[in-house]
Amino acid sequence: MLSYLLRRLGLMVLTLFGVSIAIFLLLRIVPGNIADILFDSAGMIDPAEKQKIVAELGLDQPLVVQYAQWVNGLLHGDLGYSYVSEKPVLDEVLPRIPITARLAALAIMFAVCTGVPIGVISAVRQNSGIDYGLRVFSLAALSLPSFWLGLLVLMAFVNWAGLLPIYDKAPQTWGMAILMYGVPAATVGLRSSALIMRLTRSSMLEVMRMDYIRTARSKGLSEPAVTFIHALRNALLPVITTIGIETAFLFGGLVVTETVFNIPGVARFLVEAIRWRDYPMVQNLVMFIATVVVIVNLIVDLTYAFVDPRIRLGS
Amino acid sequence: MAPVLEVSGLSTVFHTRTGTVRAVQDVSFSVEPGETMAVVGESGCGKTMMALSLMRLIPSPPGEITAGSVRVAGTDLLKLDEPTMRDMRGSQIAMIFQEPMTALNPLLTVGKQIAEMVTLHEKVSGRAAKERAVEMLHHVKIPEPRRRAGEYPHQMSGGMRQRAMIAMALACKPKVLIADEPTTALDVTIQAQVLDLIDDLRQELGTAVVLITHDLGVVAEVADRMIVMYAGRKVEEGTVAELFAHPRHPYLQGLLNSVPRVGQPKRLQEIAGTVPPLSNLPPGCAFAPRCPSAVAQCRDAIPPLDEKRPGHRAACWVT
Repeated sequence: MLSYLLRRLGLMVLTLFGVSIAIFLLLRIVPGNIADILFDSAGMIDPAEKQKIVAELGLDQPLVVQYAQWVNGLLHGDLGYSYVSEKPVLDEVLPRIPITARLAALAIMFAVCTGVPIGVISAVRQNSGIDYGLRVFSLAALSLPSFWLGLLVLMAFVNWAGLLPIYDKAPQTWGMAILMYGVPAATVGLRSSALIMRLTRSSMLEVMRMDYIRTARSKGLSEPAVTFIHALRNALLPVITTIGIETAFLFGGLVVTETVFNIPGVARFLVEAIRWRDYPMVQNLVMFIATVVVIVNLIVDLTYAFVDPRIRLGS
Repeated sequence: MAPVLEVSGLSTVFHTRTGTVRAVQDVSFSVEPGETMAVVGESGCGKTMMALSLMRLIPSPPGEITAGSVRVAGTDLLKLDEPTMRDMRGSQIAMIFQEPMTALNPLLTVGKQIAEMVTLHEKVSGRAAKERAVEMLHHVKIPEPRRRAGEYPHQMSGGMRQRAMIAMALACKPKVLIADEPTTALDVTIQAQVLDLIDDLRQELGTAVVLITHDLGVVAEVADRMIVMYAGRKVEEGTVAELFAHPRHPYLQGLLNSVPRVGQPKRLQEIAGTVPPLSNLPPGCAFAPRCPSAVAQCRDAIPPLDEKRPGHRAACWVT
């Protein structure tokens, strides 16, 4: 178990190293840098002035040097300064993290808490009206882009029904917080929920055909006991893996959802930073998100080992 | 002695898109306490479906038990409601399966799976049930039963798992044990051990055993009486000694001719052809298309089970 953990941690470091190179190069490939954008938008034309800014930010250095400087700072806890606000990156990012973290956690919770039970119901009632209804619903949920769904929710509940407050300042009461975070979280989590539902369903159906389910029935267990004690735990193994993968996708959805719902989180901030080619901001934010995704996946794999003795004890 | 298991006129069908599959047709037999009854036949002849019908574990739909009765100690299982039937499973009639590798839940310890059986049918504490599990593992001759009870199925060998299955099936001392090909997936040496074990426990607990197998060597070793099934029907019945000495149905004769014997170096004979699909059986004797001695009558009408010799009945027009 310990060697497994060490191996996984080593892999994590390698993954993050790869991510750092990828994001660094990708940002440099995108045309234009902060100086270009400033000069284009402000209409300044003095090339000497522009050259000065480029030199000041170190953008004229060879790529290898720039990369080394960034990673060196990162390893020493120095994330640099934002090109735009000229404040330390950490000061800009830290207050926004809890907002996105809440959204993400709520979205995953929503996805699991709806997807798994619905999947089980659908599997237990295979080929019934309920099953068909739920399958159609889940397919629809998978096909809806979250930005469009977000706009629909805004139109329906904010504009017409006036039920939802729009996020203009941090929520003061619990009720407000649940509304302000819960609805966007459900909007972005719906896709994962549908995916988890379909996966749970097919996984349950597969497990229900297993010999040990027949054994459980031959012992005289009731159908609910067979379903929940013997089938569900086995059926959830592939679902657990998916939850890890879905976390990565979730950030993509959050970028859009935070924008649609006007929530001042990390994801929306990232888009702003990309627009300004704010290299330190983008690079460090992406590294942060990558770290979260990698850690979540590690937790998922450890959970997997915890649930499945064949992995925990080796076979 | 009064039989503890009485099956009469049992018929099971499967409703499929391509038609009705008659998996079990009009099968009757009875087993006394402490007796081993072998059910013999090749793959696809309805043995397993018959066994699952006894437990009422036929997947339904598409399966359906259409006729007959299954009496365990006088109670007709087919007339019980589902909750009462659940109480009977495990406590009165238990089953062990062919594949010990997949018949145990991989995520639960073996001890827990045995204890589950005990708490389900007896009012005992969790601790007492666990103790019983260890005791049962000891009973089926698993070394270090206390440690083994805390292990998962994947940590055990095939033979050990089958022993654990037996321990589980017998944990509540059922009156009837159905063993569906219990040794087919095991090594030959392990086979003998598992068979001996079932035999010992049968004597000790007085359990009636229905042993389903295609292996005539296994039948000769442990069974008292046997029935031969072909295409869902019982075609021959009697004591093992009688049937082995005087097989009357050409199917059993063919089966016996295909078994190698020590000291009799002769060419093994096979039965030509295969079992007909159960959804499309011929109108007469189902074995007629493969039978070397079939006559016209065999293709027209199903032969009745006649007493050919004392205590020996076979369904054949010719012999």
